[in-house]
Amino acid sequence: MTFQEERPIFLQIAEQLEEGILSGAYPEESQVPSITEYSVTYKINPATALKGISLLVDAGLLFKKRGLGMFVATGAKEKLKSQRRDLFYHNYIEKLVREARNLDLTAPELTAMIERGFQDADRN
Amino acid sequence: MPIEIKNITKDFGDTRALDHVTLTLGDNQIYGLLGNNGAGKTTLLSILTGRQCPTEGTITMDGEPIENNDAALGKAFLVAEQNMFPDDMNVKRAFKAAALFYPQFDREYADKLAEKFGLKTKKKIKSLSTGYASIFRLILGLSVNTPYLFFDEPVLGLDAQHRDMFYRILLEKYAECPCTVVISTHLIAEAANLIEHAVIIRNGKILKDCPREELTADAYSVSGPAGLVDKFIAGKHVLSFNILGGLKTACVQGPCDTLPEGLELSAINLQDYFISLMEEEDRK
Repeated sequence: MTFQEERPIFLQIAEQLEEGILSGAYPEESQVPSITEYSVTYKINPATALKGISLLVDAGLLFKKRGLGMFVATGAKEKLKSQRRDLFYHNYIEKLVREARNLDLTAPELTAMIERGFQDADRN
Repeated sequence: MPIEIKNITKDFGDTRALDHVTLTLGDNQIYGLLGNNGAGKTTLLSILTGRQCPTEGTITMDGEPIENNDAALGKAFLVAEQNMFPDDMNVKRAFKAAALFYPQFDREYADKLAEKFGLKTKKKIKSLSTGYASIFRLILGLSVNTPYLFFDEPVLGLDAQHRDMFYRILLEKYAECPCTVVISTHLIAEAANLIEHAVIIRNGKILKDCPREELTADAYSVSGPAGLVDKFIAGKHVLSFNILGGLKTACVQGPCDTLPEGLELSAINLQDYFISLMEEEDRK
């Protein structure tokens, strides 16, 4: 992973962890990389890594096993998915509709395009 | 607080290298000492480790003044450009000698690092290339295990791979046994993510001293048609700007109110912030 400069790194660490949980790279009840591993791998201050990981702990997605490290909580994946669905509307749908309006696309035309997108994705 | 620097001034003849510097270095944090060439970084670090005496002011380490205080000075190690060992000594013997001066020096670890970096320990110090001479000094610093560790331009002369290795090893070391680290550098982009607290020094004076994130948190860059940008930045704290044809980009510090249509907003990284800040100072 390379960081985007415009956004705080701790947020990007948190997002990367979330992606990992969603994709199954970090299954529930499994251990996630330690703060030191994050720090050394990405050449970032450990405090930054801790801040990113803490976000997921606070959200109940990770939990700490004393002396062992951080683990993915049970139900974390489902929790994330529902959060992401809300975000999806905000991040993608709202923008999609705005841009569609700019291009004079009607709702049925846009729906047709989305259906085409699904078909193309299935074919690949 | 572990290191208290109070009102330090250093004159070299007519030149004032440090001008009433007051600074506190806390426990177990990585500090970035950032400044252009000639800003006073090296002088400050030299004074902190007793290599130079201040013209004025005091420094205490864990509450004790460092002046003529070997016990206090033994708690700090400076990796600087000068080599402290006789030129015809070889690396292996230098490691041995370092262990005499610094009881916590870990020779086994130093040998391990030498192998990792490909530093030949039988070589004489004077016959090392610029890069390996730097690596030799870095290894001393990484192995010395003092509670205060200062690096003055640590990666000068190092190739990209060795720079990368150094940053990783430093973080590994820091995670294992936390200590107070100060990295002085003008290669800001590389060190930006390593440091937790930034100190910006200019013409011997401290310009900024705050958590690294806070520094850029309320700074942003705005770009768009020159007329619109000018209208938006009127009355704001503008650090710097540049014009490319009709397009103007300005770096601004302070809260950002709602952006008018047609302007683009982006965050600014530490290096760009630093350059903008220096440009602003240049104009003063």
